[in-house]
Amino acid sequence: MTDTTHSFSRPFGISLRTVMPWLVATIVLLLLPFVFSANSTITVMNQMAITIIFALAYNMLLGQGGMLSFGHAVFMGIGGVFAVHVMSYVEVFGAPLPLPLLPIFGGIAGLIFACIIGSFSTRQAGTVFAMISLGVGELIAACSLIFVAFFGGETGVSADRTYGLPVFGVEFLRQSEVYYLIAGWLLLSVLLMYLYTRTPMGRMANAVRDNPERAEFLGYSARWVRFYSFIFSGFFAGIAGGLFALNYEIMTTENMSLVQSGKILLITFLGGMGFFVGPIIGAIVFTLLTTVLSRYTELGALYIGTIFVLTVMYCPRGLAGLLMMHEPAYRLGKLRLLLAPYLKLVIPGTVAVLGSAAVFEMLFHVRHATPGQHEMGLFGITFDSHSPFAWVIAIGGTLAAMVITRKLIPQINDAWHDANTVEGGAK
Amino acid sequence: MNHALELSDLKKSYGKAEIIRGVDLKIDKGERHAIIGPNGAGKSTLFNLITRRMAPTEGKVHLHGQDLHGLVPFKVNRMGLSRSFQISNIFPRLSVFENVRCALFYSMGFKYSFWTMVDRSKPLTEAADAIIEQINLTSRRDLPAGVLSYAEQRALEIGLTIAGGADVIMLDEPTAGMSNTETDYIVDLIRKVTVGKTLVMVEHDMGVVFGLADRISVLVYGQIVATGTPEEVRANPKVQEAYLGTAITAEH
Repeated sequence: MTDTTHSFSRPFGISLRTVMPWLVATIVLLLLPFVFSANSTITVMNQMAITIIFALAYNMLLGQGGMLSFGHAVFMGIGGVFAVHVMSYVEVFGAPLPLPLLPIFGGIAGLIFACIIGSFSTRQAGTVFAMISLGVGELIAACSLIFVAFFGGETGVSADRTYGLPVFGVEFLRQSEVYYLIAGWLLLSVLLMYLYTRTPMGRMANAVRDNPERAEFLGYSARWVRFYSFIFSGFFAGIAGGLFALNYEIMTTENMSLVQSGKILLITFLGGMGFFVGPIIGAIVFTLLTTVLSRYTELGALYIGTIFVLTVMYCPRGLAGLLMMHEPAYRLGKLRLLLAPYLKLVIPGTVAVLGSAAVFEMLFHVRHATPGQHEMGLFGITFDSHSPFAWVIAIGGTLAAMVITRKLIPQINDAWHDANTVEGGAK
Repeated sequence: MNHALELSDLKKSYGKAEIIRGVDLKIDKGERHAIIGPNGAGKSTLFNLITRRMAPTEGKVHLHGQDLHGLVPFKVNRMGLSRSFQISNIFPRLSVFENVRCALFYSMGFKYSFWTMVDRSKPLTEAADAIIEQINLTSRRDLPAGVLSYAEQRALEIGLTIAGGADVIMLDEPTAGMSNTETDYIVDLIRKVTVGKTLVMVEHDMGVVFGLADRISVLVYGQIVATGTPEEVRANPKVQEAYLGTAITAEH
């Protein structure tokens, strides 16, 4: 019964335990540019932070509210475009607006637009909502070519962030300055979105997701609850858009296309929509993956698609779900039982993954390299992509690694069982 | 105006098929009223009409003297009418505590608030825990409602129904599909939580009906053929002929 008293007393005060994650996140965000000081790395981190905000905003709909949206990039896009216009306005008329406040305008634009769309799209969840979001996404994509003054047509709109008022002498010319601005907004947005989940509306969003009819018989209009989730999601998507505009100084129709909407769905699902941290993990992993892959291969989309399909099939709760699976073992203090089997899996697993990738890369090289070009480099090795010897090694090695990996699965299962039962593994 | 519920000439038809064919019924405040009848008599439909889950084709429903015409379920609920469902209708992925707390938000004045932190409201947590205690689920407090046993889910269903403090409680077959011990548990629970409230319930188990109800209405083919105390209903030849027959003599 001690457990119950614990959960009774905890909620009424701010304890170190609740503040700790935020403190750690702040310190990490402050220190990151000192560890990774290269401009290109900071660019990736900025991109990551913006994606995190967007993914979390998206998950307010998908994970928290049970609304599958296919057009959420529209809200980010409109927030971004509006922010660009505000930036230009500041530049032309010299309005006294400090740059760090700019994302607010993106947020407000997103909020207002979400109020308009949400007024009819949140009537129902499920397929109806999904189809409307798809329609709105297409509609805005078409509008962007019609309302050229606002959307800038095919070239998009652009502005210069450095013409604004310097804030305490900072003019946001350097990447690291922009980084801290974005990091500040990241912390604030994540905190606000987290706190929202703890409010009556945040809780009812979950309830309506699970059972809208029951919510109605408890005095809540499911539609209003959805509407609230929808507009706040639009607001934070707009903030992400504002930050995007500020970071890249340009917004094009591509930023609000269905491709972007699909991407954020993929990121949220990959990270795990059932957990608050899921989209954060998804955004970090996805940004890293795309950055790394785009540097080394032309088949990035293939790998990302494969990872997505595997996630949906084998761990539908996403990467966060994969981590949370280990919680019971951790509570039992038996996580170490899993360490050895996992380590055993590392080498064959890595060889199997890299080997399959190598086969695809070789195939791609044979098909698409300039005629006569037989020499290809992979993992730091240069070889002839047309030699049967290379193919035998690649395919043979991959298959062998796969077989070994497969053989190790029962061991993992045994260890898993031992680690998750009280009496297991007590030898 | 001492009727909690008043139905006048209530009708519901789908095309030519008449499901409810003119129901008149007055239920007093504080009364425990049971609606019984053979399968397909329209008991659940009647429930759905009263709670505005469906709109009636004709006729009126008054709750505490107020016409419910054109209202949606959440409005009716805010006027003090709460219902349970025949099939457990809970929030399966939320914990038992969260389920009950969601049922308390509106009546405790949180409404559409997105600025208060629910964990910081001591009255809210205490009220939710009191309900959980009342429905005997304290040991299940932090489990997802979806993993509870059937009887426990039914208890939670009743907990959700009474949590908002509604004074008219409507239970749709609260003991359906339960074992004898489970039924006893639920009947005790219903008796405990409906003290001082108006209870309307649909029930098949005659033991439960005759044990709990102050008055009984018998619904046959969309019409009420008899209303009265359990003794009157039992003695009514029309009822025996239409529906109960040997069932009552067998039970008692």
